[in-house]
Amino acid sequence: MISLNVNGKNYKVAVSDDVPLLWVLRDYLKLTGTKFGCGIGECGSCTVHINGKAERSCTIPVGKAQGKKITTIEGLPENHPVKRAWIKEQVVQCGYCQPGIMMQVASLISSKPKPSADQVINAMDDVICRCGTHPRIKRGIKTALEFMRKEG
Amino acid sequence: MMNKPISRRSFLKITGLTIAVSATPFGYNVINASAQKDGSFKPNVWFEITPNNRITMTMGPSEMGQGTHTALGMVIADELEADWKQVKIMQGPASEAFKNPVFDDQITVGSASVRGFYEPLRKAGAAGRAMLVTAAAQTWKVPEEECTAFNGTVKHKKSNRSLTYGQLCLKAAKLQIPKEPRLKNESEFRYIGKPVARVDIPEKVSGKAIYGLDVKVPDMLYGVIARPPAYGAKPVSFDQKGAEGVKGVRNIIPTPMGVIVCAETLDGAWKGRDALKVQWDKGSHPDMNNDSIEKHFIEGLDKPGVAAKNVGDAKKALAEALKKVQATYFVPFVAHATMEPMNCTAHVQKDRCDVWASTQAQILSQIFASQISGLPMDKIQIHTTFLGCGLGRRGAFPDFIVEAVTASKAVGKPVKVVWSREEDLKYDFYRAATCQRIQAGLDSQGGVVGWSHKVACSSILKFLNPEWITKEGVDFFSLWGIVDAPIPPVFSHTAYEFPNFYVEQYLSDLPIPVCPWRSVQNAPNAFVVECFMDELANAAGKDPVAFRLPLLKNNMRARRVLETVAEKASWGKAMPKGKGRGIAQHACFGSYVAQVADVSVNEGNGTVKVDRIVAAVDCGPVVNPDTLKAQIEGSVIEGLSTTLKEEIKFSNGGVKTANFDDYKIIKMSEIPEIEVHIIKSNEPIGGIGEPGVTPTAPAVANAVFNATGARIRRLPLTPQTVLAAIQKK
Repeated sequence: MISLNVNGKNYKVAVSDDVPLLWVLRDYLKLTGTKFGCGIGECGSCTVHINGKAERSCTIPVGKAQGKKITTIEGLPENHPVKRAWIKEQVVQCGYCQPGIMMQVASLISSKPKPSADQVINAMDDVICRCGTHPRIKRGIKTALEFMRKEG
Repeated sequence: MMNKPISRRSFLKITGLTIAVSATPFGYNVINASAQKDGSFKPNVWFEITPNNRITMTMGPSEMGQGTHTALGMVIADELEADWKQVKIMQGPASEAFKNPVFDDQITVGSASVRGFYEPLRKAGAAGRAMLVTAAAQTWKVPEEECTAFNGTVKHKKSNRSLTYGQLCLKAAKLQIPKEPRLKNESEFRYIGKPVARVDIPEKVSGKAIYGLDVKVPDMLYGVIARPPAYGAKPVSFDQKGAEGVKGVRNIIPTPMGVIVCAETLDGAWKGRDALKVQWDKGSHPDMNNDSIEKHFIEGLDKPGVAAKNVGDAKKALAEALKKVQATYFVPFVAHATMEPMNCTAHVQKDRCDVWASTQAQILSQIFASQISGLPMDKIQIHTTFLGCGLGRRGAFPDFIVEAVTASKAVGKPVKVVWSREEDLKYDFYRAATCQRIQAGLDSQGGVVGWSHKVACSSILKFLNPEWITKEGVDFFSLWGIVDAPIPPVFSHTAYEFPNFYVEQYLSDLPIPVCPWRSVQNAPNAFVVECFMDELANAAGKDPVAFRLPLLKNNMRARRVLETVAEKASWGKAMPKGKGRGIAQHACFGSYVAQVADVSVNEGNGTVKVDRIVAAVDCGPVVNPDTLKAQIEGSVIEGLSTTLKEEIKFSNGGVKTANFDDYKIIKMSEIPEIEVHIIKSNEPIGGIGEPGVTPTAPAVANAVFNATGARIRRLPLTPQTVLAAIQKK
């Protein structure tokens, strides 16, 4: 039995400890906002926060996630600056990669409230978007940072 | 209480004003469908206004990020004079009623949704508005002319009365549909032409949007497939007992696609597949690799082909030309690599079959599900989810649906078939590879007197629909952008006119499957044609824009996008050392796009950095300018990814490429500034999902030439390829 804390809730799941966290979130906890893109940590669609840090849930065995605080896109509040910015800037196209990308951005701007252009590009070079929403991701990040600044 | 027999009247109970559109390639009808439904049978409708003052619109096309649902909703809502806040948009099922008149099929391809439905939906919306106005006038017993519809209500100014659409819908439902309702003038538009926020975005941002891979059905098994490592390979042996011994594994099903392993969990299915340890034979082309493939296409240029176009006498014109230019180009296979890997959930029961899929082709899916399940078409329910990108992969042969339906039928339970990324890249129907040689002759003025073009390529139609290959043997799908197909629907519009013009096609017999990939072959063919145009301009000693314009003298729209983009990008201004500027134009799916690329080239290591892309677009009337910009930005970026990075690798008769670590997609640090200029145009409406991808590769390659003097005739422009061209110069 695996014990998990996801989005502030405690779960007990009967699953082998080598199953990637991604599939436990999706198939056992029905949190399908976290997406499967590559399974090797290359694309970032599966990004969640573990103890506040952006991590690739597809490469983390669920056993290693026990005792840690996991946040998924469903646990990011609807009024989170990144979610609001993504709607305001109409960032999304197909939207499949965006939950992972938003989690990546949320982690970036919480650790670096004034990121340099290079820091933004570095962080976003870690993810893949096939629709080509990159210009709007940049705009979305700017807007999210503005929301944060204005609202403290 | 006794059961009362249900009367026909109660079946026909009117619950709201329902307007449907029935469209074929020969025309369309707008129908009052209000009386054609009952509790159990829900007709496929475009929109329904109900007494709760809601407007529900049901859409046939799939939503894959191109913003179709919002755009079509805007068209209806505008002519209907609805309040956008009342509108709810739903994905429709597979149905004849949703056929796009461009294709006579319910399929979301060819940048055709808004193109095909713009006019019918305007008329449907306008008909609804007229009926609601009539209903109000009758209620108040005043002349219709005194009543106006505005934002979901009808008002009678003189008496200061108003009624909502919800209050009027039941009365309006009993009226005849007006034959020629008055359409709005452009100045009256309230949504069309305005940047309306997409309806699907909040759901997608919340993480709650459901894609194919997110579908869950009670009692569902997971199916994964052990697939052949080489084309044509058959299993020699597999360890069925070993796989069955894995926890949760329930069924092992050998099929022509591979061996399906069904298990209670995905993890179990994957571990079961590992335990199968399938041994395969060597397949049909054991020695095939990248080198042999490229050689095969180059040799195809000297093999006899079939004439696809023959105007004048190109051979004679070339022989007599003052100057001759010849070049050979190659574009490799690339993958769709949609972020959502292929998947499908199916449940075959005795009397029905349900399919949940992110698909671009509902009726095609229904046909295959019907054939495999043995159930008639009307027993097949296709539940279309959001698509994690389509790009054409989900609009051709629905292999993922075939697999899920086959598995579910075999096990008698719902089965979700899941592809890994490796499977998605290795078992794609790729963008067709093409090798092309052009010879052209110039006169003393720099005019093109003859153009002879040989194309050796994969046949898209061989995999899509062999019946569409002409009896002479021409696959026009593989030639879009070089010659126009002689029969509609027309998806490319060759821009230039040559007095002597010859095109010959040799179709490859390689087993590598291909299918349409955003713009089909317009993008690879535009790369060849527009780069060669640049070569001709250079040979003629002319500016690339000035050289093209006379060749476009009968093509106002192509000239206009070219001139607009040249002006917006400051074409003609000298570039600093190490930087270059290139231009290209292309038209397809009813729209015209030209782009200027600015690049920096490191001549020491061959690295190309694209600094800026400026695009000019003429797609006729614009429904949602923000979506248009997003589509052009996305097209440019995807175009750049194939220009700079993407190529599928083959070895030992199969695909070597495995995952995103060896199939690189463009990332943030490589994204240039992108400017999109929309040309105000009253030309017929064109599509916008695909045309933007076509001029990017040639504009970049032409810019590299401008910067370095080195001509790159092969995609992608990797540092090695660019460096080799620079050293050869």
